[in-house]
Amino acid sequence: MHPPHRRRLVVIGNGMAGMRTVEELLARCPAGYAITVFGDEPLVNYNRIMLSSVLAGDKSAEEIAINAHSWYEENGLTLHAGDAVLSICRKTRTVTSASGHTVPYDKLLIATGSKPLMPPLPGIELPGVVAFRQMSDVQAMLETAQTKRRAAVIGGGLLGLEAAWGLKRRGMDVAVAHLMPSLMERQLDREAAALLQRELTERGLHFFMNAQSEEILGETRAEGLLFADGRSVPADLVVVATGIRPNVALAKACGLDINRGIAVGNGMETSDPDIYAVGECVEHGGQTFGLVAPLWEQAKVCAARLAGDATASYTTPPLSTRLKITGIDVFSAGQLATQSDDDSELVLRDSGRGVYRKLILREGRLVGAVMYGDVAESGWYFELIRNHSDISPFRDRILLGRALSHACAHDKDMETDVADLSDDTQICGCNGISKGAIAAAIKSKQLTTLNEVRAHTKASASCGQCTSAVQAILAHVTGAAAPLPETMCGCTDLSHDAVRKEILTQKLKTQEMVFSALAWRSADGCAKCRPALNYYLLCAWPGEYVDDSRSRFVNERLHANIQKDGTYSVIPRMWGGLTNPAELRAIAAAAEKHGVPAVKVTGGQRIDLLGVPKERLPAIWADLNAAGLVSGHAYGKSLRTVKTCVGSEWCRFGTQDSTGLGVKLEKMTWGSWTPHKFKMAVSGCPRNCAEASIKDFGIVCVEGGYDIMVGGNGGIEVRVTDQLTRAVSEEEVMEFCAAFLQLYREEARYLERTAPWVERMGIAYVKKRLVDDAAGRKALAGRFAHAQRYSQDDPWFERAGRGADAHEFKSLAVVE
Amino acid sequence: MSAWIEIGKLDDIPIRGSRIVETPAGQLALFRTSDDGVFALVNRCPHRGGPLSEGLVSGKVVVCPLHGWTIDLESGSATAPDEGCTPRMTVRVENGRLWLPSGGTFPHDP
Ligand code: SRM
Ligand SMILES: Cc1cc2nc3c(=O)[nH]c(=O)nc-3n(C[C@H](O)[C@H](O)[C@H](O)COP(=O)(O)OP(=O)(O)OC[C@H]3O[C@@H](n4cnc5c(N)ncnc54)[C@H](O)[C@@H]3O)c2cc1C
Ligand code: SF4
Ligand code: FES
Repeated sequence: MHPPHRRRLVVIGNGMAGMRTVEELLARCPAGYAITVFGDEPLVNYNRIMLSSVLAGDKSAEEIAINAHSWYEENGLTLHAGDAVLSICRKTRTVTSASGHTVPYDKLLIATGSKPLMPPLPGIELPGVVAFRQMSDVQAMLETAQTKRRAAVIGGGLLGLEAAWGLKRRGMDVAVAHLMPSLMERQLDREAAALLQRELTERGLHFFMNAQSEEILGETRAEGLLFADGRSVPADLVVVATGIRPNVALAKACGLDINRGIAVGNGMETSDPDIYAVGECVEHGGQTFGLVAPLWEQAKVCAARLAGDATASYTTPPLSTRLKITGIDVFSAGQLATQSDDDSELVLRDSGRGVYRKLILREGRLVGAVMYGDVAESGWYFELIRNHSDISPFRDRILLGRALSHACAHDKDMETDVADLSDDTQICGCNGISKGAIAAAIKSKQLTTLNEVRAHTKASASCGQCTSAVQAILAHVTGAAAPLPETMCGCTDLSHDAVRKEILTQKLKTQEMVFSALAWRSADGCAKCRPALNYYLLCAWPGEYVDDSRSRFVNERLHANIQKDGTYSVIPRMWGGLTNPAELRAIAAAAEKHGVPAVKVTGGQRIDLLGVPKERLPAIWADLNAAGLVSGHAYGKSLRTVKTCVGSEWCRFGTQDSTGLGVKLEKMTWGSWTPHKFKMAVSGCPRNCAEASIKDFGIVCVEGGYDIMVGGNGGIEVRVTDQLTRAVSEEEVMEFCAAFLQLYREEARYLERTAPWVERMGIAYVKKRLVDDAAGRKALAGRFAHAQRYSQDDPWFERAGRGADAHEFKSLAVVE
Repeated sequence: MSAWIEIGKLDDIPIRGSRIVETPAGQLALFRTSDDGVFALVNRCPHRGGPLSEGLVSGKVVVCPLHGWTIDLESGSATAPDEGCTPRMTVRVENGRLWLPSGGTFPHDP
């Protein structure tokens, strides 16, 4: 009479290992268990690895969620989020949570992860001291970073460095204190560690090596860090990243066998056959865990056991490490150094390129690899280590990478490299996706683009380091040529850079020519590629290409910012922030005449008239034009404002005429279209009242010169400028400005501001083009001046005075 | 059956562009695609009411100017993963002239 009994599985820990086990179990037998999950974080299951990216601002908290609430619902899971399990009763086979739930189980899975080690330092309990383990830690760090400037990180391992870099990106001054003489000593040899430390120092981190932390200073909150040797560093935030220890409290209290972690056998069972454990809380074969790759394996085995497969057995796979800091490539796997005279060490070092590579060989096999600077071959080396491959046929070239090794050994066809990888080779470490899973999804769902593969498998959707491998698999499975990274949009497989190059070399001068010459997939592009192409063509062929207003977003098409109620804002230019009574009177009159509901001073030193209906735009523009006011391009991917301070004309500290220089710069550059918006500022002295150091192009005047600063950004992610050079005259400043703008116009990708562009290219590259190469600089400035001849028409006058685009401003018909 | 009202010429709408028609029930947006198809939707995005007439048109979709939802011109539906629908209206194109049905058949605000 009773329905067949569904066994009850209770999972403690809504983290990476626990939920992966549930996913594997659902894939094997979707209706096998009634599953209840307890998690003491008040969130759905998220990708803990990517906390580093959330801290650094590369991802939002929402983006790293692994399973949404809907997933739990669809699969019939009961989730108690924000409710910690307090006890396990093995007699009654129940667990009891903080909120008072008592839930019976037939099988129990403990996946409580680990706890950060908090060394017993005086002051460790002060506000302002945090670990780096969970979302709430990241939130605490981000909150502090908003109001405080100085941070210290205890621990120079993987976690500590990622925390330090994230905080640096958030604008803090960061010191890293490490007990050892060399960073990440468990994963890197001395030489790679030294390269890493040098690079991070160049990026502005401070290091205290051999530093034994003794006390966290401060009365009511953290104020600094004191070391045993008497050194100290001030800090409003102290991040402790000195290690983790398995979280075994619950398991211990209910009498399970514990060593360093919860002791488990090959089937992930604990000393109680009805209780399993996976993840960082366990110990298997004397080993505990701190990386996700082995956890995926554990999840698989545990799920198989729960589903009734008694043969599944866990062994720890070889492990590899990478550091998730943008632009720094570090990889290591296996042995870091030779263990005996029988081992050999092969080293490749290119100090000019900052590349270092060390391989450890034993009996004709690769047993370890440490790489710095260029890790493109890391996947291949790791595969050789995992498979214990015989490398003697290409030992003399193995350091040079796969292609040359194989060319020499004649034993493989380079093209089929990914074909050689076994199906269970893990490709995406963040999400634990194997080659087989990716290939299967590509086949069954007929995926053809990287983005589709990401959407369906999550492979390469997190940190992106495996992107090229995923693309190679896609190419291999679909038989297509490997697509270039970051295609422009779904209409093409070409990247932004490739499209720009073709526009120049094939002399493509209209969008239609681009579509046909480059085999666009859609007849008239899409909302992503059309604005980009319109810009690229405009930049490549000034005076020739005819701007396509239908390829511009509404603000640029209408030369006004659309507001949330569908009205528009009107911001006239105020050159260098200067105005006068006549202009102010004209603005006041226009606001009154047209019933403008709000007048506001903007953050860009000018005045915004908000709430103008579309059909009134030409009339208000005409009135402003009559007083000599022109469009401020506050809406465009274009030159926005040039902020200035009062400067030497009035200020007692001013060293140069910053206002006058700002006006000159704005007169030279207004109207130009750029890949993204472009803002400038001129400050009269290093007090920097015009905030020049967070502008795309900023000038800080000094006695006898002008410091030229580039690549700053005050927006979503603040970036302070890099110094390009010091100029001695206004003329020189003007030339640098024109040349920098043109280089950015010609080489950045559409919608890439100068800050990420300079970061991507490196300030050294910009200096090489603009400072070291005077002729090149002049040529760039010349091309900018040429382009400006065609772009300095006031768009408001074109419309209000000359009637351009008249259809935009009136209805087609009124139907009664 | 219903009568038709002439509202203008095909060429009054820019290719891959749109124009507005005021009706007693609110604004309609008329879109013209690059193959001279003409579609009429109520000028309100199903998301938060953005004016679809100001969006970028390509193929048979328009991208809302406010938050980038993509609306299918033929059905008025938002494309996945977004959900929602904007009422649409028949337009007749004859000899380069545009006609809308008259009287009572205009879609009302959803
Ligand atoms: C009007 C103004 C706010 C104000 O009342 O002060 C403003 C208003 C808008 N800003 Fe801004 N920003 C304004 C100064 C700034 C500043 C300050 C500055 O320029 O000194 C910044 C930070 C500096 C910077 O850009 O580095 C700023 C950073 C942003 C960002 C973030 C950009 C980034 O790179 O992270 C956006 C979003 C975007 O562009 O994608 C944005 C976008 C916007 C938009 C266009 C949002 C939109 O897409 O509709 C707002 C338009 C409102 C409107 O219709 O008028 N606004 N915005 C300011 C106009 C200045 C001007 O006179 O032109
Ligand atoms: C910032 C950061 C970066 C990392 N980067 C990498 C990397 O690049 N590569 C890599 O391989 N690994 C990385 N790791 C390590 C990786 O995240 C862990 O190995 C992995 O998350 C461990 O999974 P787990 O399920 O064992 O533990 P967790 O993911 O920590 O899950 C355990 C969960 O159990 C919950 N819990 C604990 N006790 C209870 C209780 N009594 N009741 C209810 N719930 C409870 C916890 O709140 C937690 O949510 C990183 C870790 C961090 C913190
Ligand atoms: S900060 Fe800028 S984008 Fe945000 S609400 Fe204010 S004006 Fe709008
Ligand atoms: S109103 Fe259209 S996308 Fe938000």
